[in-house]
Amino acid sequence: MAKRIDVSGLHVYYGDFLAVEDVSMTIEPRSVTAFIGSSGCGKSTFLRTLNRMHEVTPGAYARGKVLLDDLDIYGPDVDPVLVRSEVGMVFQKANPFPTMSIYDNVIAGAKLNNRRMSRSEADDLVEESLRGANLWEEVKDRLHKPGSGLSGGQQQRLCIARATAVKPSVLLMDEPCSALDPISTLAIEDLIHQLKEDYTIVIVTHNMQQAARVSDRTAFFNLAGPGKPGRLIEMGETNQMFTRPEKKETENYITGRFG
Amino acid sequence: MSTTTTQPPGPETGPTEAALRHASLPRYFPTALLASCAAVVAGVLLAFSSFGAILWALLTAASYVVITVTASARVEGGRKATDRFVTSLVYGCFLLAIAPLVSVLWTVLRNGFDRFDGYFLSVSMNGVLPSMDAGGVYHAIVGTLAITGMATLISVPIGVMTAVYLVEYARGRIKRVITFFVDVMTGIPSIVAGLFVVALWMVLFGPGHTNGAAGAISLAVLMIPVVVRSSEEMLRLVPRDLREASYALGVPRWRTITRVVLPTSAAGLTTGIMLAIARVIGETAPLILTAGSSAVSINWNLFDGQMMSLPVFIYSQVRMGGAVNYERAWAAALTLILTVMLLFFLARMIGRAFAPKSAR
Repeated sequence: MAKRIDVSGLHVYYGDFLAVEDVSMTIEPRSVTAFIGSSGCGKSTFLRTLNRMHEVTPGAYARGKVLLDDLDIYGPDVDPVLVRSEVGMVFQKANPFPTMSIYDNVIAGAKLNNRRMSRSEADDLVEESLRGANLWEEVKDRLHKPGSGLSGGQQQRLCIARATAVKPSVLLMDEPCSALDPISTLAIEDLIHQLKEDYTIVIVTHNMQQAARVSDRTAFFNLAGPGKPGRLIEMGETNQMFTRPEKKETENYITGRFG
Repeated sequence: MSTTTTQPPGPETGPTEAALRHASLPRYFPTALLASCAAVVAGVLLAFSSFGAILWALLTAASYVVITVTASARVEGGRKATDRFVTSLVYGCFLLAIAPLVSVLWTVLRNGFDRFDGYFLSVSMNGVLPSMDAGGVYHAIVGTLAITGMATLISVPIGVMTAVYLVEYARGRIKRVITFFVDVMTGIPSIVAGLFVVALWMVLFGPGHTNGAAGAISLAVLMIPVVVRSSEEMLRLVPRDLREASYALGVPRWRTITRVVLPTSAAGLTTGIMLAIARVIGETAPLILTAGSSAVSINWNLFDGQMMSLPVFIYSQVRMGGAVNYERAWAAALTLILTVMLLFFLARMIGRAFAPKSAR
């Protein structure tokens, strides 16, 4: 189910502005890859190019190759809509659909696409996805209540359940814990540990302890300078990145000596 | 007394606490003062036997403001006094603003009830001479509902879809051009919209074709820009997050719009549409030009013959000038207001059914 991502020579633009320059990396299946770096260095932008979500912003586009196993998702006949059902995404701010119940939120991917599903199939999918997101026990008695009534951490897990319910092979997470308290964060981190059994997970985080805790490999992004595009500085095993980084820039960032 | 800064402040005293406290007027002060001002002013006016409601209200308000601000400045200090002054000012403006509204409603209710009954609502003016003590408004209700209904059916799809296009798809120059023309359309005087349809009908069907559909189209011309504008605002309120959440599930854009964006903003869209209907339901000038002003019988057919409507009915009755005509005009005005209120009530119900659920 999980797939490998191979990026080579990817440039990302907003109109004329080059936001991310020449990134090449390999993201291993069934593992967690963390992107770290200062604000505005292009790591979220780069993450969003991995499921072509980036193009939703007017004027934004990308040049280069992103291989999902063997398929170039930027190939000429590739439909971004189908790419996104293969590469799911969880956002910084939990965003359950306000008009839908918890139940409907979980199966939103199928429902919004009018996929036919029997009642029992839907029930099973909801239970499986909510169990997978460690949320089932907390919400099983109020599945038909609105999703916006949950706490922030629960909402975020609901969004993860919603993303996994469409059975993607890759899960992108854009700072999924930055608006959560430590306990909810811990719940999500535990969840990430479980999810990596089945998915390729890429997570953007500002919290370096979190990167160290959850990820197998870490990539460090930085700006070449003010107004310059962001670049991938270094990527490696998380242990090695946090103990013996190869580049001075990485070491400065990780140890808090900046610039 | 400066030594206390080094030790923790006691539970009761200490300079920090004293500095945070402030003398204030008692809570009942404004109410009590207003009541006594009203009583005293009324007494004085009665003593001079020159009591008038408006004079009384003005003098009461003036004396209340002067006394409150002075007392507050003495006891509570400058900032609180300013606060009380501005508060009084805001309340005063509010009362001033709703006075005409209440007055209009009251006048319509009082005059309208003379003739407002089941008979009036259920018969037309067919075969009734203008001065006879008979006849009703049923044909005008029919006309108003049919014409406004058709106008709504035309302008809601066009308006909402234009708004969707502007918010979700249009970029750059074309967006500016459309927005500009929508703004221009908003400013079209209603009589011009009527003339436009008269000219259009002349070209299409030749002279002498006055019917409800023409009226509906002229109202639609007035309604579309209002619907576009309000729907645009409502669609913009839908957070980008929700659209992205939907895209991230592999949902195409058009389904995202129809299944996520529109339902999320449904309550606001309904309110906007209701406001647009309320804006056109009282239009008179374009309907006189397009749907005629002399229909007296019930006509459900939008495409054949003149059609009376409530505003035109009011206009033509007032023009006849007899006492019974005035009664009919007032009763029709009351009918119109009640119709609009009923529509608003319905819109609230619809809006509530669609509104995003946030209850825990």
